[in-house]
Amino acid sequence: MEGHIHHSSSVFDVGGVLSQVLLAFPFVVAFVIYIYAYQISKEKGRDWPVYRLVLFVVGISFALVSVIGPLAVRVHMDFTYHMLGHLLLGMLAPLLIVLSAPMTLVLRALSVENAKRLTRILRSKVVGFFTDPIVASILNIGGLWVLYRTELYMAMHESLLLHLLIHMHVFLAGYLFTISLIYIDPVPHRRTYIYRTIVFIFALAGHGILSKQLYAHPPAGVPTSEAQNGGMLMYYGGDVIDAIIIVILFYQWYQLRAPRPSLVAN
Amino acid sequence: MKKRNIWSGLLFGIGVMGFFDELVFHQLLQWHHFYDWSTTEVGIFADGLFNAFAWFATIGGLFLLADLKRQRIFQRTRWWGAVSLGAGLFQLFDGIVLHKILRVHQIRYVDNLIVYDLVWNISSIILIIIGVVLLRKATKQEVKEG
Repeated sequence: MEGHIHHSSSVFDVGGVLSQVLLAFPFVVAFVIYIYAYQISKEKGRDWPVYRLVLFVVGISFALVSVIGPLAVRVHMDFTYHMLGHLLLGMLAPLLIVLSAPMTLVLRALSVENAKRLTRILRSKVVGFFTDPIVASILNIGGLWVLYRTELYMAMHESLLLHLLIHMHVFLAGYLFTISLIYIDPVPHRRTYIYRTIVFIFALAGHGILSKQLYAHPPAGVPTSEAQNGGMLMYYGGDVIDAIIIVILFYQWYQLRAPRPSLVAN
Repeated sequence: MKKRNIWSGLLFGIGVMGFFDELVFHQLLQWHHFYDWSTTEVGIFADGLFNAFAWFATIGGLFLLADLKRQRIFQRTRWWGAVSLGAGLFQLFDGIVLHKILRVHQIRYVDNLIVYDLVWNISSIILIIIGVVLLRKATKQEVKEG
């Protein structure tokens, strides 16, 4: 290790202990809030489905695995691992956490007054703007194009600040993208199924096209074989996770169209 | 009712052919390549768009089918006719536009490629004919019963 300029393991290195701790911190906070809200909700005498709790714990675990520990270290050495980390942090973890309905749980745990305040924020124009499928897709898929097709990918490995910002962006954009397409938590700004479907087709296409571009033209500093493996992992992995979102989207449509013999009986 | 059966079948046919292509020719036989260096930029774009569309078509087509069954308005002959038509149309589009014009990838990387191209496109035309015959049969049945 000594004399090795790039990988002398300093605490302040990109991908070093400090960056791992800083990236893990928000997820730990989210975990504590969710469990706390779960407790309060129970004390209020309202049940919360166990499967949602499980989805949340698994989702947070995938996010943590991608930012701390052995995978987080390998991510900086091998593009294939980098892509695995991207799939976990930017797609699978957001999907699982969205399915755990965190906002619904928090609204239940809050006092009526605070819940109203939070609802007012959710109804705001800003939230409406960012949860538009087109805006969310541009932030998510467009962000990836910028990351991999510009100097940003190289710069991310040199600057701790960029490293932190990009990783948080990947998760948040993935989360925003998911909530803009499937409605699990309360959604004040609803878009039609057809609108969401059309935007989603283009977003999925953008993801697939980018992964083929990475296969053919590796980002600077990435060996060809790693770029090819990473590109294929991004292509097929992305397809599988997006297919789950498509199933949920259409299932919600299917349920909405269900003939309801008596609305009162519910 | 007629339209909804056709849409469900068409979408499912298109999507299923997309998956058949991926499963058999990409994964099992490995004739197709993940990336062909002679592909045009438009080809990459079109291929990406169609792959994404195939996912939505398959899953959406099946949910439409479930909705038809739930409402008891499913028409077997018409639905299968539309599936065959959709599958044939997609295969023909794939064989002519994606393979030949945009050069996304070839069926197999061999010398006598023309034989593969012919078999591919003729089989897609057969699927289209079967589809049209079934759809007409469904309409005739309706007239008789009507």
